[in-house]
Parts: sequence; C-alpha cells; structure tokens
Amino acid sequence: MTAAANWEAGRRERAKTMLGAYPDRRSAIMPLLYLASLEYGHVTEQAMTDVAELVGVTPAQVQSVASFYTMFKREEVGKYLVSVCTSISCHLLGGDAVIDAVEDATGVERGRTGDDGTFSVERAECIGACGGAPAVQVNYETVEGLTPDKAKALVKWLADSQPEVVLADEMQQLFGGVRSFDWGPLESEGPVAAVPAFGPFGSAKEGR
Amino acid sequence: MTDRILTVRMEAHPSDSHTIDRYVKTGGYKALRKALKKMKPEAVAAEVNASNIRGRGGAGFPMGVKWGFLGAAEPRYLVVNCDESEPGTFNDRQLVERDPHQLLEGIAISSYALGISRAFIYVRGEYARGARRLQRAIDEAKEAGYLGEDILSSGFSLDVTIHLGGGAYICGEETALLNSLEGRRGEPRLKPPFPAIAGLYAKPTIVNNVESISNVPWITLNGGLAYADIGPDRSAGTKMLSISGHINKPGNHEIVMGMTWRELIYDIGGGIRDGNELKAWIPGGASSPWFVPDKHLDTRVELDEVGANGSMIGAGAVVVMDETTNVVAAAHSIVRFFAHESCGQCTPCREGTSWMEDILARIMDGRGRPEDIDLLMDVSDNISPGLSWPPAMTTICPLGPSATAPVASIVRYFRDEIEAMMPNKEAANA
Ligand SMILES: Cc1cc2nc3c(=O)[nH]c(=O)nc-3n(C[C@H](O)[C@H](O)[C@H](O)COP(=O)(O)O)c2cc1C
Ligand code: SF4
Ligand code: FES
Repeated sequence: MTAAANWEAGRRERAKTMLGAYPDRRSAIMPLLYLASLEYGHVTEQAMTDVAELVGVTPAQVQSVASFYTMFKREEVGKYLVSVCTSISCHLLGGDAVIDAVEDATGVERGRTGDDGTFSVERAECIGACGGAPAVQVNYETVEGLTPDKAKALVKWLADSQPEVVLADEMQQLFGGVRSFDWGPLESEGPVAAVPAFGPFGSAKEGR
Repeated sequence: MTDRILTVRMEAHPSDSHTIDRYVKTGGYKALRKALKKMKPEAVAAEVNASNIRGRGGAGFPMGVKWGFLGAAEPRYLVVNCDESEPGTFNDRQLVERDPHQLLEGIAISSYALGISRAFIYVRGEYARGARRLQRAIDEAKEAGYLGEDILSSGFSLDVTIHLGGGAYICGEETALLNSLEGRRGEPRLKPPFPAIAGLYAKPTIVNNVESISNVPWITLNGGLAYADIGPDRSAGTKMLSISGHINKPGNHEIVMGMTWRELIYDIGGGIRDGNELKAWIPGGASSPWFVPDKHLDTRVELDEVGANGSMIGAGAVVVMDETTNVVAAAHSIVRFFAHESCGQCTPCREGTSWMEDILARIMDGRGRPEDIDLLMDVSDNISPGLSWPPAMTTICPLGPSATAPVASIVRYFRDEIEAMMPNKEAANA
C-alpha cells in the first residue's frame, strides 16, 4: 500500500482521475504535485515520494520535475501567498513600490514566509494583467490597478478577515483599480490555499 | 468590411459571453456544424490555408502551412498554447475568460480538419480563473454534444483536456511545452524533429496559440478568402494587441493591421498619460527590440514591415514608455525576467542573462564601470552573434537571444543616458 492511500478520500479519487486523463501516466506528475501540495501544505519529500509511487517513476524523477517550476513550493507557504509583479509594465507603473508596501504591511520579505504562517511574499514575473498594472495575485487570484496604499489595505484586510476562500472579484472590488479588460460577471470560486483554484486537481472552493 | 472577429461577442454581451447559451444564441457552433455536416476535413484545412492566417503566438508562421506538415502516424494531437507569459501580453487571458467556447469550437473544427481526436490546452498555472472558465465551457459543450463522443452525430469524437502549467515562461516555447505536458522539466528540445512530425509522446502534434485557433470558427463560416481579404496581404486578419505602460487606454485592442504606430498609440491607445512625450515603445513584448518615435512612429503595424525595421509584433504586446522612463531600469526589469526564466540548458543564455542583469543593476545603482557598455554588448554578442535581426542563434531556443533585445536597444538609442548614469570619474578617483 502506498502512502497516497492515506490521502483524504476526495483527493485519492481525483488522483485516480488525473492518472487516467492522459495517454501516458507520467503526464499526471504536475497535476498530482498540486494535489500533493494540498495534502501536505507544500511539496514535501513525502509528497514527491507519493507522486512517484502513483505514477510509477522514481522519487528523483519527480523531484527533478518539481524543482523546475516555481509554483511547486518546496518550502512551507503561508495561508496567503502574495505574488507581486515587477515585470516591465508593472515596473513602469510602480510595481516596485507595491512590493515594498506589501513587505511593509506583512512584515515579510520577498521570498519568505512569516513566522505565524499567514503570509508569504514573492516577486512574480508577468501575470498577464499588464493592462491593469501594477498587479498582484493572492493565491494565484489576480487583483489589478493597485497602488502601494491599496496593496497595504489589501494585506490588512486579509490579515483581519482571514477569508477561507480567496475571491478575485471581492479583492478587486475592494482594493483594485484599472483592469486589463472587463472581467464579466462575478465569480464565487477561489482557492483555499496557495495552490491554483482549478477544479479537477486544484484548491477550488465556493466562497461567500 | 469586418474589422473585429474575436471580441465582438464579449463586448456586446459582457455579462454572459462565456456561457454556452449566449454563445449558441449569437451563432456559436454553427461553424462546427457546417464543417462536420457539409465539409470534408481537407476542405476545412484548405479554408484555413486560404485565409493566410499567421500564428499569433509569436513566430508568425502560416497556420495552414504548419497544418500541412502534420505527420501521418497515429495518434496525432492538437495542443493549444495558453502559456501566455511574455511580459506585456494578456490577450489570450481575455479570450479564455470571456469567450472560451469560441476557442473550443476552434479546437473542435481544427481537430476534425486534422484527423485528431485528442486535444490538450496548456494553460499557465497563474491563469486559474481562465482554466475554470474553460473547464466549465468544456463540460457545457460536452453536455450539449459539441465535444466528446460522436459530435453532432457525425461519427467524429474529440476529447479536450486542460493541463495546468507550473509557472515557467519557457513552457510557452512549443517543445518545452510538450515536455511539460509529458510530465518532464520544461526544457526546449532540439529541432528538428518538429512537433508536426514528432511532438507529444513523439507523435505528430500541432501546437497553435489560443488566438490563432479562436479565429478558426470565423474562417470556417465565412471562408478563407474572406479572412485573407481583411488587412494587408501578408498580415491578414485581425490581431489582438495588448497595450500597456504609460498609455491612456491600456487594454486589448483588436485591430486590422496596416495602421501606423502613431495611429495605434495616439488614436487607439488614447495617447501618452499625463500628456507626456513618448520616449520609446516595445512593439511585440519583452523579447522584441524597441522602437523610438524619431524612426518608427510613421512605420506600419504589419508583421513583415516591423520585421524589416528590426523588430517583431510577436505575441502582440505593445509596451509604451514616456519621457519619465529610466531606460536602464526598464531594460533591467526585462533582462531579469529572462535570467529568471532561462531553463539553463545553454551556457550563453544561462550565464549571459544573469551577467547582463548584474551589469545593469550596478549601472542603475550608480556603480557602473567605464567598460560596462562594451561589456553588455560583448555578452549580448556572445548570446546572439552579430546582434542581427532576426537574431542568429547559438542556443537551443530563442529565449537567450531575446534577452539581448532590450540591452541592444538602450545602447543603440539611449547611450548618452547610460553614460550619464556612470559615476563621474573625478569623484571616483577622489
Ligand atoms: C521563449 C518562448 C516563449 C513562447 N511563449 C509562447 C506563449 O506563451 N504562447 C504561445 O502561443 N506561443 C509562445 N511561443 C511560441 C511557440 O513556440 C509556438 O511558436 C506557438 O505556440 C505556435 O502557435 P502559433 O503558430 O499559432 O503562433 C513562445 C516561443 C518561445 C521561444
Ligand atoms: S536559450 Fe535559454 S531558455 Fe532556451 S533552451 Fe537555451 S538555456 Fe534554455
Ligand atoms: S508586467 Fe505585470 S502583469 Fe504583465
């Protein structure tokens, strides 16, 4: 019996679905790494061993894949991962000041996680929100048209209200500004962890 | 004459353009029905070929020609590239969030034309919202019989799977993307073989961009010639340009190519913020050499003309910089991006990008050395010998050469500004 047999039941089911979703089981490594980060909080050694067993490759092979991608976090991540874009369009419109403000408000330096586990802060490369620069993501949900002050207010709101599900529309309405385009109707789905909120294998949950 | 194709529905129906109901009510899936009921697969491919549409993902390769290279081995795959990570680009994001069925219909028609029954959409991990909308659309389309088994009782079946990336720009390069989709590190492969012959799991694979495929329903419905009729000869059709930076109207603007940059920036883009002067712009995303008003404002937004002028439209990201821009800091932001995203396989790219990042950082901090400008050019030349256009390559993929674009651009156009940032010699000697 593999360690993955101890995963939460829903996740075991989803793992099975992922393994059957591709012509070759190996393709399931990335989605399984997302699932495993939900199970263990981040991509731990155990997570990689589990994925290796599920797929039928060596843990070293999984590790080599995991280490290539920035979204597979191999160290602990906070409840809220704040990723601040400082690529060119955001840079031109004040992204560097936004990341300073986020560090200030969270007390967490870029690349780090705070001691109480609430926030991680990172510098992100372009998140496809350049028309609403400067932009940030919280657990990979986008907020556009920020200023340093609004970014601070966003952080304070996250810290005070500790939302279980992070909703892009809610954050945008409260703290955002110019958007890259009209987003259309409000959505009620979002992530419950620093893993993308994508139904089949991510952290998606219905919010308020 | 048609001047917009892709953004019509989302603009007319902002509240529900992403739903199947709205899609079908506004003529959606008619093209698929036409293809499956009235056209042979080869006839559909012939329309795409006649449209003269060139790939919208950056390289501008004619789509019909690429389709013609698809190998005969079975199974074959269609892979749609939604890794969109080039700084400045956000048009695919809008297409998948606001009109996912347009893409899915394009995927179904393209797969039918190519004899493919398995398609993948590689969505960058940070586009979770887009992936959710797409997945919902896939479920709706299956339910309604536009995807899945025996589509519209035609005998044609198609399975579409979303694969979420892991945060790596290089996975936008098609062979890196295929490696990633196979559960490997996203490292580009040596070409040849090209994916059309040996792609996903070494099987014949067509990789096309989201915007490219989203045009297929319109082409199928209206005919390739009607599409070819839009815009200049070698830049047929519409193009969604993502405009950002110091511009009054940032956003995605779907245009017919052929206008001048002046018209694009001042009319479509509403001019420079705060009434400032335009200093430079990046015509096609972080990878492209910059343009400056003196030389390029009255040249045309057209694939070949931009190429002849030493740059590219690429994925369509126009980044506008006004007179307040510190060009060294701007170039540094771009070079840092490439240094961060280099996959590390090729020494000139891996080492050269980090080295250029360091040099630019010290110039910005007022610690530049007299030889630094020459050094920047040497390192650039080592990554992309001769700094010609299109770039010569010593590397496996074009990422390395791309990193030289901002550096060569600021040295060419703003050398005096870089020199002015160097610490003055007397002070240094004192
Ligand atoms: C470093 C690099 C990054 C790329 N990123 C993307 C991307 O994000 N999206 C995309 O469609 N094409 C991207 N491309 C181009 C692809 O390799 C490929 O040419 C394209 O997906 C083919 O589709 P098209 O012919 O429809 O444009 C990239 C190329 C390179 C070299
Ligand atoms: S040029 Fe850079 S990104 Fe491309 S394969 Fe070589 S090292 Fe990797
Ligand atoms: S440059 Fe920041 S979102 Fe694109």
